[in-house]
Amino acid sequence: MPMFVMLSLSLQQGDVVEGYRLTWHWQTYIEGIRTYDEQIIRSLGYGLAACLLQLAIGYPMAYWIAFHGGSRKSSYLFLLLLPFFVSFVLRTISWHFVLADDGIVLGTLKGFGLLPEDFHVLATTGAVIGGLAYNFLPFMVLPLYVALERIDPALIEASYDLYASRVQAFLRVIFPLSLPGAFAGVLMTFVPASSDYVNSSVLGGTHNTMIGNVIQNQYLVAQDYPIAAALSFTLMALLLVGIFLYARALGTEDVLEASAR
Amino acid sequence: MSEHDIDPALLRGLTTRRGVFRLAGLAGAGFALAACGVEGKKAAKPKKDDVQKFWSGKKENGSLVFANWPYYMDPKRPELKQFSKETGTKVAYKEVIQDNASFYAKVRPQLAADQSIGYDIIVMTNGTQFSQMVDLGFLAPLDHDRLPNFAKHAGEKYKEQSFDPGNVYSVPWASGFTGLIYNAKYIDEEITSIQELWNPKYKGKVGMLSDTQEIGAYGMIATGADPEKSTKADWEKAAAKLKEQRDKGIVRKYYDQAYIDAVGKGDVWLTMGWSGDVFQRNLEGGDLRFVIPEEGGIIWTDNMVIPTTAKNPVDAITLMDYFYQPEIAGSLAEYINYITPVPKAQGVIEKDAAEAKGEDKEVLEMVAESPLVFPTAEDYANTSSYRVFKNSAEKKEYESIFQPIVTS
Amino acid sequence: MTTLSGTEPATKRRPRRLTGSRLLHIHTWLVIGWLCLPIAVMILFGFNDTKSRFNTTWQGFTFKWYGRLFEIEDLTKALGNSLLIGLLTTLIAGMLGTLIGIALGRYRFRGQGALNVVLFAAISCAEIVIGAALLSLFITMNVPLGFWTILVAHVMFCIPFVSLTVRARVLTLDPALEEAARDLGAGTWTTFRLVTLPMIFPAVLSGGLLAFALSIDDFIITNFTAGSTITFPLWIWGSTKAGSPPQVNVMGTLIFVAGVALAVLNALYARRRRA
Repeated sequence: MPMFVMLSLSLQQGDVVEGYRLTWHWQTYIEGIRTYDEQIIRSLGYGLAACLLQLAIGYPMAYWIAFHGGSRKSSYLFLLLLPFFVSFVLRTISWHFVLADDGIVLGTLKGFGLLPEDFHVLATTGAVIGGLAYNFLPFMVLPLYVALERIDPALIEASYDLYASRVQAFLRVIFPLSLPGAFAGVLMTFVPASSDYVNSSVLGGTHNTMIGNVIQNQYLVAQDYPIAAALSFTLMALLLVGIFLYARALGTEDVLEASAR
Repeated sequence: MSEHDIDPALLRGLTTRRGVFRLAGLAGAGFALAACGVEGKKAAKPKKDDVQKFWSGKKENGSLVFANWPYYMDPKRPELKQFSKETGTKVAYKEVIQDNASFYAKVRPQLAADQSIGYDIIVMTNGTQFSQMVDLGFLAPLDHDRLPNFAKHAGEKYKEQSFDPGNVYSVPWASGFTGLIYNAKYIDEEITSIQELWNPKYKGKVGMLSDTQEIGAYGMIATGADPEKSTKADWEKAAAKLKEQRDKGIVRKYYDQAYIDAVGKGDVWLTMGWSGDVFQRNLEGGDLRFVIPEEGGIIWTDNMVIPTTAKNPVDAITLMDYFYQPEIAGSLAEYINYITPVPKAQGVIEKDAAEAKGEDKEVLEMVAESPLVFPTAEDYANTSSYRVFKNSAEKKEYESIFQPIVTS
Repeated sequence: MTTLSGTEPATKRRPRRLTGSRLLHIHTWLVIGWLCLPIAVMILFGFNDTKSRFNTTWQGFTFKWYGRLFEIEDLTKALGNSLLIGLLTTLIAGMLGTLIGIALGRYRFRGQGALNVVLFAAISCAEIVIGAALLSLFITMNVPLGFWTILVAHVMFCIPFVSLTVRARVLTLDPALEEAARDLGAGTWTTFRLVTLPMIFPAVLSGGLLAFALSIDDFIITNFTAGSTITFPLWIWGSTKAGSPPQVNVMGTLIFVAGVALAVLNALYARRRRA
């Protein structure tokens, strides 16, 4: 129901003083998308980049825990989840503090002359993507872990018995069987990462604004509700279509069957 | 926290057409309701009996909530403690306002619904949000019979402000300048010109304010226009200049109140900022400098107002008046270093300085002579105010030029 | 959190050791280090003997902020708001979510497909869209924002999580058990109370805990629906603009420790039960 109110609101015209009326003003969408196309594309790009980064970081980790974690598997998973007992906002702000230009990391390095005086990490694209990857990492690692953990070791043994090299065993057996986990992981991290605005406003600078920031700003600062609603609706539609296509492309059913814990 | 299970049956549900059609049916109902739109609420022109109507029957309740900006009172709140001691009224003081637009956007829906926002005094800068609050009838008309100290001690300049002639809705809390702030730990030379904000030497180390009025005004000063009398052509020229600064990577980020933390710890070296914050931040250690650029600065006034929905308006107006006693105004200005609307406070600070010793004495003497607390006529002449918009269409046009710069 | 108790490894034959396993081991620890770095810094600076409201440089070790934890009235109130909203959300979303979960898992009814769509959409939907939609609704209906709108929002986004957890559990139950209870003369309510509820209780509990965790940590949706009410994450957000006081670190640390302690207890308890 709130969705439809939002849809309606996005088609209205007016301002806070005069009030808003439903005028079926579709142009708001065109205008909104045209003005903020850069931010929309950037958000999807950042979301994708964060996903890939998480896969790169998370896959080896999940692999190691699943196959070499031994009896301490749950302890490793627990360590993975440890930071998430601290509030999301506080975590992000803590990074801002850690990475401050003259803070405990960069300041120290600069003190030793290892970095130029004006070097900075904050207010860069890298910082934003890093923050996104950091904040949603467990959502990537856990499904991957679950998928890898489930692989019957007998299958891998069998592949060795059939003279597969380690690389071949990995590529032909382990990797395909872990795909459902990767699918679920991407699904669970891409949506929150590409619609987030906390990371880009804490860790980003100019040219790092994401569509979430724009929506937040239009609703909670500029109070231009129609355009804000239109942009939220566009974002939702994009993400839904994306998920749908993605699910179709990978053959949803068995993939999900396997990834549902 | 925990991994979300994605249930296959659910996804399948997503693809069943019947389910989607059912939803569409529900949607129809929702849409019918939503079509009525958001109500606007334009207030009638103020009438003479408004004041009487608002204040009759209002009583003192012995407590009030004061919403203000950070860096606007000594953290020990000596003035409020004294007020409570003298009147028995308890004051809850909250530093919740980080910038005008977002604070106003937060409370507006409540005000529009005639609900208390939980604050009895709020401090708003003269500007679009302030004007809109007046237009929408969100502000209580002040009963000047209850403001004897204001009548006696407020500077003449503060009684005839263009944004609220006759102080119908507001009395000033403090005024201040928007100028340049730099961290002397990183910048050795003296900064005097607004053009330094465009100096490639400080690439990635320059902060700008995110408020469209502030940044627009600075863009105009840098391009030689007077913000107060600016035209659309001036806005576009200023916007181009600001864009150039952004796209060359000189600006690190657009800040609200957070700029002071950034310049304090060296994330930026040079930034736009507000006069008094610098002194307070320096009290905590550090060497920040404030300058009004030689091309001109911006002067603004932050005003105490009472929302019509306030629960304790009588206590609120009593506190407002309390701050117009020269001793109290002086004590406040000594700490916050913003322009006080009470000229006699200067005498108070001088007296305190004469009695103080050592370092305190130096600081107080400096405050008493500071052009940033007691500006001269010349200082006023070199500064400009924000642009006042004739109507909401003009405001919208302005926003559409400067808003995209900040959200890049 | 739920995985912790559930993934106790069965003894399996392990694949042959890879030569790269040492490398992967190091990688894993590096990632864990990366994950914990900001938390460690946060905890450390809760002990910083800073003189002022700025907590940026290390000035010595102290416990004083623990003693002055509740000195900032607004922060305490924000934390109280968060806890209260979290508890109420757990209760309400727990109840409603359980009912929906049972209905979805046990019965066939009209609109089930639509309900499934809604639940799925609500879970996979971006938080900002939910927040924005709720704000649109509240603004259109002229509902004043505050404590109650936050609560409504939290209940709304937590229900799907609870009902899915419960539903998964209900699907594994044998309906014969309930039939047996009815055959033995138990009424609907008695059956529910004595048979169904005890069986699904673990799921209800973990759904409720999940709701609590989600609610207390939520920033994005809360920011949209809060008006001038302030919760713990919102306060932290506001406070950083002017430099956040050490008490924030202390409270973060305490919440962290409490959460970890709960999780460890839960794991130990689960282990003992299994043994």
